[in-house]
Amino acid sequence: MSRLGAPLIGLALLAIWELYARTGGVDELILPAPTAIAEAAYEDRALLWDNFWVTAVEVAAGIAVSVVAAFALAVGLHLSRTARGAIFPLLVASQAVPIVIVAPLLVVWWGFGLTPKVAIVALVSFFPIVVATLDALRRVDPDELKLMRTLDATRWQTFRWAEAPAALPGALSGAKIAVAVAVIGAVFAEYAGSSEGLGHLILQSLPQLEIARAWAAVAILATFAVALFYALHLAERRIAPWAHRPGGPT
Amino acid sequence: MPAEGAITTPEAASRAQAPPTVTLHAVTQRFGDVVALEALSLDARPEEVVAVVGPSGCGKTTLLELVCGLAEPTAGTVEAAPAVLMAQRDLLLPWLSALDNAALPLRVQGRSRADARSAAAPLFAQLGLGGFEAARPYELSGGMKQRVAFLRTLLAGKPVLCLDEPFAALDAITRAEMQAWLAGALAREPRTVLLVTHDVEEALVLADRVVVLSRRPGRVVAELRPESPRPRAATDDEVVELRARAVAALEGAR
Repeated sequence: MSRLGAPLIGLALLAIWELYARTGGVDELILPAPTAIAEAAYEDRALLWDNFWVTAVEVAAGIAVSVVAAFALAVGLHLSRTARGAIFPLLVASQAVPIVIVAPLLVVWWGFGLTPKVAIVALVSFFPIVVATLDALRRVDPDELKLMRTLDATRWQTFRWAEAPAALPGALSGAKIAVAVAVIGAVFAEYAGSSEGLGHLILQSLPQLEIARAWAAVAILATFAVALFYALHLAERRIAPWAHRPGGPT
Repeated sequence: MPAEGAITTPEAASRAQAPPTVTLHAVTQRFGDVVALEALSLDARPEEVVAVVGPSGCGKTTLLELVCGLAEPTAGTVEAAPAVLMAQRDLLLPWLSALDNAALPLRVQGRSRADARSAAAPLFAQLGLGGFEAARPYELSGGMKQRVAFLRTLLAGKPVLCLDEPFAALDAITRAEMQAWLAGALAREPRTVLLVTHDVEEALVLADRVVVLSRRPGRVVAELRPESPRPRAATDDEVVELRARAVAALEGAR
């Protein structure tokens, strides 16, 4: 039943939307019905597919860069109290900078290619990963650290054996939270300057009054975010099965 | 009497003369206003099993941390050969298999994974863990986890083992099993052992000498030396008699 819940609610919402669009007297240029969007998606499938790939690569690369950089930074902040005090406020501040303003500047700086998109996606998805990883590192069992000390482990060995694996599920949870904003980041990046991608396609479709096509692109982006979320969820289960153990024997 | 004979074996005699591996002299440990240990003196000779019993919160864990060099005493001196701590909780790393957990000290000493595993494997099997090499800690029972944790402690290769209530979290039946198992393991791999427990019976079954501590601040209120060789059965007359004395000492120290 719970597995059917999400699709059922989705179908119900689509039905209400369909009904409202057909009978509510809203101009179909403002709110096309789901069936019209599906039709547009089918008609423009080649166009949508090509542009989807562009955006998908931007998002995936951005999240990959962000996970690696955020993990490294979280470890650095964890190892040095001084760094934590000095850099953490800057990190929070970086999240307050409106990406709408930064995105065009990065495009001016790096051009129309992939680089500014990856940078923007990484920038928006970076913060939750740092926070989740840092939290996981600080929650490592102090008795486990004591154990490593009595085994005469070096700082690096303690990190390698006890801390890094413990922080891995945290980093991946952070990445799960980051996925949705990463997709929005990619769209913003394409708005700021690009010649391809779903964000670019939406930006072009609106003045051409291809509203249904724009909605189709939005639907694809949303589906992509959901798929990424579950992909990360599966990855976490594979990489860190202990974090999802069933209540084993006691 | 067989008990007398056990005391006068050459090994036991040389052990009694050997210099102690652990010596605590007039050790006091304070945490702020709390006095955890007060003027405590204690020693342990090579391959001697010394049990420390006392009520909860009498500074038993503090004592072991001092011996392992994890803390410095407020006053007094602690001299100990390199010691390794085994905590009440198994503290196995969930991302390593049972064998890799046991072999962890060897890897910390810089040996390769294959090398560490093959060095740990024979003892792993001898200590009744055969067949569980690849099991993850969460797939093991409480008793098996403690076995792996003990083997890890053993493989740290230090002359002194500090066991902090190793079986307290286990049910009574498993605990009795594990006590017999530990006695066997120590017969095979003799070490100087400081065994902290709140179970007087466990202490009397396993140890050469039982030191009874008072409630906080921890002071030595009695020292018992069972004459029969260890391990003993909980139902031995000597154990029953000494148990009564230990309990009386604990009550009197309240």
